[in-house]
Amino acid sequence: MPTVEQPKENSWEPRIIAFFCNWCTYTAADLAGVSRLRYAPNARIIRVMCSGRVDPQFILDAFSKGADGVLIGGCHPGDCHYMEGNYKALRRMQLLKRMMKDMGIEEKRFRLEWISASEGERVKTVINEMTDQVRALGPLGLPKKFAEWDKELESLEHEVNGKRDTIHA
Amino acid sequence: MHGNGYNGTVRIGFYICHCGHNIASIVDVKAVAEYIKSLSGVVVSSEYKYMCSDPGQELIQKDIKEHSLNRIIVASCSPLLHEHTFRTAVEKGGLNPYYFQMVNIRENVSWVHTDMKAATEKAKDLARAAVQRVFHHKSLETKHVKIHPDVLIVGGGIAGIHAALTLANAGKKVYLVERDPTIGGHMAMFDKTFPTLDCAACILTPKMSQVKNHPNITLWTYSEVAKVDGYVGNYKISVRRKPRYIIEGLCVGCMDCIEKCVYKEGKTPDEFNLGLSKRKPIYIPFPQATPQIVVIDPETCIEFKSGRCKKTCVEACDRKAIDFQQKEEIKEIEVGTIILTTGYQPFDASRVPFYGYGKYPNVYTSLEVERLVNASGPTGGELILRDGRHPKTVGIIHCVGSRDKNTNRWCSRTCCMYSLKLAHLLKEHTDAEVYNFYIDIRAAGKSYEEFYDKLLDENVHFIRGRVAEVSDWAVRPSEEGKLIIRAEDTLIGIVRRVPVDMVVLAVGMEPQADSQDVRRMFNISCSTEGFFLERHPKLAPVDTFTDGIFIAGCCQGPKDIPDSVAQAGAAAAQALILIDSGEIELEPNTAYVVQEECSGCRTCLTICPFTAISRDEAKQKAFINEALCKGCGTCVAACPSGAIKQNLFEDEMIFSEIDGLLKMESPACC
Repeated sequence: MPTVEQPKENSWEPRIIAFFCNWCTYTAADLAGVSRLRYAPNARIIRVMCSGRVDPQFILDAFSKGADGVLIGGCHPGDCHYMEGNYKALRRMQLLKRMMKDMGIEEKRFRLEWISASEGERVKTVINEMTDQVRALGPLGLPKKFAEWDKELESLEHEVNGKRDTIHA
Repeated sequence: MHGNGYNGTVRIGFYICHCGHNIASIVDVKAVAEYIKSLSGVVVSSEYKYMCSDPGQELIQKDIKEHSLNRIIVASCSPLLHEHTFRTAVEKGGLNPYYFQMVNIRENVSWVHTDMKAATEKAKDLARAAVQRVFHHKSLETKHVKIHPDVLIVGGGIAGIHAALTLANAGKKVYLVERDPTIGGHMAMFDKTFPTLDCAACILTPKMSQVKNHPNITLWTYSEVAKVDGYVGNYKISVRRKPRYIIEGLCVGCMDCIEKCVYKEGKTPDEFNLGLSKRKPIYIPFPQATPQIVVIDPETCIEFKSGRCKKTCVEACDRKAIDFQQKEEIKEIEVGTIILTTGYQPFDASRVPFYGYGKYPNVYTSLEVERLVNASGPTGGELILRDGRHPKTVGIIHCVGSRDKNTNRWCSRTCCMYSLKLAHLLKEHTDAEVYNFYIDIRAAGKSYEEFYDKLLDENVHFIRGRVAEVSDWAVRPSEEGKLIIRAEDTLIGIVRRVPVDMVVLAVGMEPQADSQDVRRMFNISCSTEGFFLERHPKLAPVDTFTDGIFIAGCCQGPKDIPDSVAQAGAAAAQALILIDSGEIELEPNTAYVVQEECSGCRTCLTICPFTAISRDEAKQKAFINEALCKGCGTCVAACPSGAIKQNLFEDEMIFSEIDGLLKMESPACC
């Protein structure tokens, strides 16, 4: 059973950034609202005109700034309001997925879904599912890792500089 | 582009809407307003019961002047609902409308969450993202496009006919495209209409001939839309005119050719009578068909099949209207607006096998009964069953293919009323005992409940319960040779077996089989059931999400004749608004190339599906034709140099949104 709400005090909750296309998935999210479907409050939606507008940099940026998952919603193949923007998104994301694996970002943290304007129910299912999956994976915590790496680098630099100093001396 | 960048002069007004209790009962609006006030750049942060109301809008306008605001954010419902409202308000307040940003905290927050704390945090995050975003907003110019005054209407049922006449009478030129050889749609097949019992043909056929004779209407029957290009105001349409093998300008509909056809009797099931009668290969669908032009069916015509027919039809036609060489023709037209009135298809009763349709000859669909009782129907209005008998008892089963988890969940809205009407007509024609098996009687409409009362007075029987099965399995002598309807009578709590001579299945309405193809062709959406999706279920019921395309009648959802006509009139009015205003505002969300940044790599050229991007070979730079750009932003995401920008969706705007959403202030995080 996917958890719909998560009122637990002070427990960690995943944060998911969702990019939804204006014509299909954003409209579906509106429909989910109008239908009063209940789903997990972990996703934050950013509206774009087309899933084709989603630059891979947006996704990497979201992860680097602390997102635990990123979701992209577009129109079903053949249904794109702009004919083929969703195919372009698919191609890009396939590539990005491979890169992310190398970077150590688990596959389940990133999801591309085709959700049409009529599939309000699907918005609910996908967000609930993803929230559960990402919650199970735990925090990605890239900002923290970045900070640690920075510190490491700094201390390494320090060490190197220190050695250099002694050699010079 | 005179930008107003991140330079410290940004003065933001933030407004959060209660939407009555819709938002305020789940989101702590005061807390959000308070929090947003603390953010840099925010000058005003307030909450109000209904931001979209006049006082709400005036509040924004007043604040713009009093506090010299230059960015406005409203956190309320979906931008798809009220973005335009607020942009207009902001513009009236003297600010460029594109300095406005909307935050969706109703559809995306309060309506889908139940935990107030989590919902409030989410609303704060979304609002903070907007605050960061508007720093990068720019003043933009609204684009206008001219509206071509002609209208295309697809589907010649009552909705299409009414919309066409409305527009034509208003002096607009209309193309009405119908795929069957005649207009009239399902309504032409009905006998009488509820609750007034006036005959469908008597009220429909005058309108059909008006369509035919109207100087402003170009009627293309036996034709289909093959291709749709362009955008609101400037649609380019290709219409495929199927060959009817009759020269339209010459045929006067005398039907001499039909009489003289080598087939003395019809051999092919007649589509108009739903196979209850036979037609010849050369035929006219029904006596009042419009246009009164004959059609030859190449599938059954001997000349087409063997090439060795005596062609008595050609001899019979003294106007030389028959042309076996006729070819399909493609017509290219330009229109500014489109109305889709493509109708519905009746539920296929054989999908519910336990009701015996197709198995027992005396099980009929409601539409077949409409033809059977019709004076111009296959039996001339005499109710003769498939086995030659006259029925003494009739059972009408409601909700076949409606309100049923196994088939269609929706209520088809018309079946209760037409079942009552058929009960009345069957009684009138045969004096039979009529049993209605219903779940609920839905008689919501002007004079509908009164009609139901009248039927009760006519001694029509009503049994409340969904029918389990129809069979010919007699267990009592009284059941011999009859169809037995078995149903639970839920009002008295027993299972009843009702032997009848005739079963009528009140079949529901479904989306047309090709509705998905049509939807794709016109770039609109379908709702869950497959009916075309309206822009807003209440406030924009005939608009679609694609500007300039409207829907009316049963293609949008099941409805009766008065509702179809009302919608058709509404769709015509919507089209008239566009035509008479002469132009429409377009979102200025187009993309442009920052010339200095472009490396001329050509990546974007192949990506644009609208061929809006070209390359200046002399300068070695890409260039976007703003008129062709539809604003998807795919090229922006693809440009390796970051040289393409999309208005309203610039990289900086989206990055700042991401940043705003993820800023650590929410509790419960690492």
